[in-house]
Amino acid sequence: MTTIKRAKGFWLSISLSLIFFAVVQVLIGGGSLNPFYQNTLMFIGINIILAASLHLIIGITGQFSIGHAGFLAVGAYASAVMTMKLEMPFYAALIVGGLASALAGLIIGIPSLRLKGDYLAIATLGFGEIVRIMLLNIDYVGGASGMQVSHLTTWPWVFASVIVTIIVIRNFTSSTHGRACISIREDETAADSMGINTTYYKVVAFAIGAFFAGIAGGLYAHNFYIIQPSNFGFLKSFDILILVVLGGLGSLSGAVLAAILLTVVTTFLQDYPETRMIIYSLVLIVMMLYRPQGLMGTKEITSMFKRKGGSSHEKNKNTAA
Amino acid sequence: MKKIKTPLLKVDSVGIQFGGLKAVSDVNVELYPGELIGLIGPNGAGKTTFFNLLTGVYVPTEGTISLEGENLKKLPPYKITQKGISRTFQNIRLFSELSVIDNVKVAYHSLSKHGILSSIFRMPIHFKGEKEMDEKAIEFLKIFNLDQYKDEKAKNLPYGKQRRLEIARALAANPKLLLLDEPAAGMNPQETHELMNLIALIREKFDLTVLLIEHDMPLVMGVCERIYVLDHGQLIAQGKPEEIRNNPKVIEAYLGEEVS
Repeated sequence: MTTIKRAKGFWLSISLSLIFFAVVQVLIGGGSLNPFYQNTLMFIGINIILAASLHLIIGITGQFSIGHAGFLAVGAYASAVMTMKLEMPFYAALIVGGLASALAGLIIGIPSLRLKGDYLAIATLGFGEIVRIMLLNIDYVGGASGMQVSHLTTWPWVFASVIVTIIVIRNFTSSTHGRACISIREDETAADSMGINTTYYKVVAFAIGAFFAGIAGGLYAHNFYIIQPSNFGFLKSFDILILVVLGGLGSLSGAVLAAILLTVVTTFLQDYPETRMIIYSLVLIVMMLYRPQGLMGTKEITSMFKRKGGSSHEKNKNTAA
Repeated sequence: MKKIKTPLLKVDSVGIQFGGLKAVSDVNVELYPGELIGLIGPNGAGKTTFFNLLTGVYVPTEGTISLEGENLKKLPPYKITQKGISRTFQNIRLFSELSVIDNVKVAYHSLSKHGILSSIFRMPIHFKGEKEMDEKAIEFLKIFNLDQYKDEKAKNLPYGKQRRLEIARALAANPKLLLLDEPAAGMNPQETHELMNLIALIREKFDLTVLLIEHDMPLVMGVCERIYVLDHGQLIAQGKPEEIRNNPKVIEAYLGEEVS
């Protein structure tokens, strides 16, 4: 019975998000949404994918990785090479970007996921920098001056990617595989002694997270007209990390909510370039002082509605945006 | 009569060295199916280290450990659990943010048949697998009188129930040999009494062999059929409770040498 109920909630969320999609699509088509707002919308979508993918690695599996910009860069460059040099269609480029990034995740994950805590953080930070510096020195992709990319990212692509990301990560998390990952976060020794292959699940979570970061990279690259290695420095990694921490470690809806909020805040702060970073930092400090567990703690929006006996229809209004 | 059977667990002159320190050396233990065995010794005797050797957390530097004739050396801990040794910990290690029922379900994970892709795409086998797990876990929690707390976070349970849940979780992994590391630590007499009943119950119900580390002597002497005594990493005695109670070496290890 509960599965039927859950399936109902799922279809309800899907149809609501489709309505949201259609409304925005009509607004864009009718010209009432100017390019500035459109661009903000794209950024929100890309940031949601990034936050959700890092949420799987840090929030669910508990592996403190701060090299996410590296995966973003791999995805961005791989997909840009596909469309610009090999003249592949955009969807194929996105998938190749994701796969390249997942492969990078495997290569970096298998040796470095033996490390714990601070050591893993430093190893992944190093990975991000290695990617950036390698891109800086590869002439094929333009080196420091960057690579020209045509503008292919559109609202339907961003929307579809966001929905797929959220569904995949949610489905993974709420299964026995997700529980295995959470058990690693909670207590690795105990997880091991319960028969969980901890290395395997850490690598899997890392690869899935990297895959979606790669997809986000593809969208990111084709949203600009140029990509440069300097777009993917470690500050970018920290921006993504902030989304996950602010949303609440372990909460997917929190990560999504934080991605929406912070993107909107930074976009509107662009009008005040002198005070922008000060206000942004203040927002974060106040947030951490008064809500150290993040916006959502470890809760999901759906569970809040379940308590009150309602259904989960508000959830994807947020997740879709 | 029991001696006719082949041992379930055979530990053959096992030892481990950390740098220059021999934490455990030359330990020989044989456990037969269905036995309830105690492992005692003063603080720092190497009891928990011995458990860590059995479960693969540490790899022994000497000797062999075999379960039903199969050598366990160099297997990672999760494989050893899948072969049939599971344990509880001295300081409770539950998955505290997970619900009570999910703690048990984690133990079922290695038996699950639905793969990652089937869960991501929500194929029928996923729902079937998860439903089976759910039903099994609820039945299991009923045995331990924990079913009314199934949606509670593990960290919100009172101490005695957390211990009980940890034992339940270890049993859910379907072990042949259950290792209990000081299950009665920090319990009041009432809880200890309940625990003794519980251990008796699970042995009967699950056809288990149990190895138990415990400082509570009445408990050990009361329930264990045989006792091994460790001191300074070495076995100094083994035998029936009454033999152990009067063994001069054991008394010396616990109380120190008699002044002559």
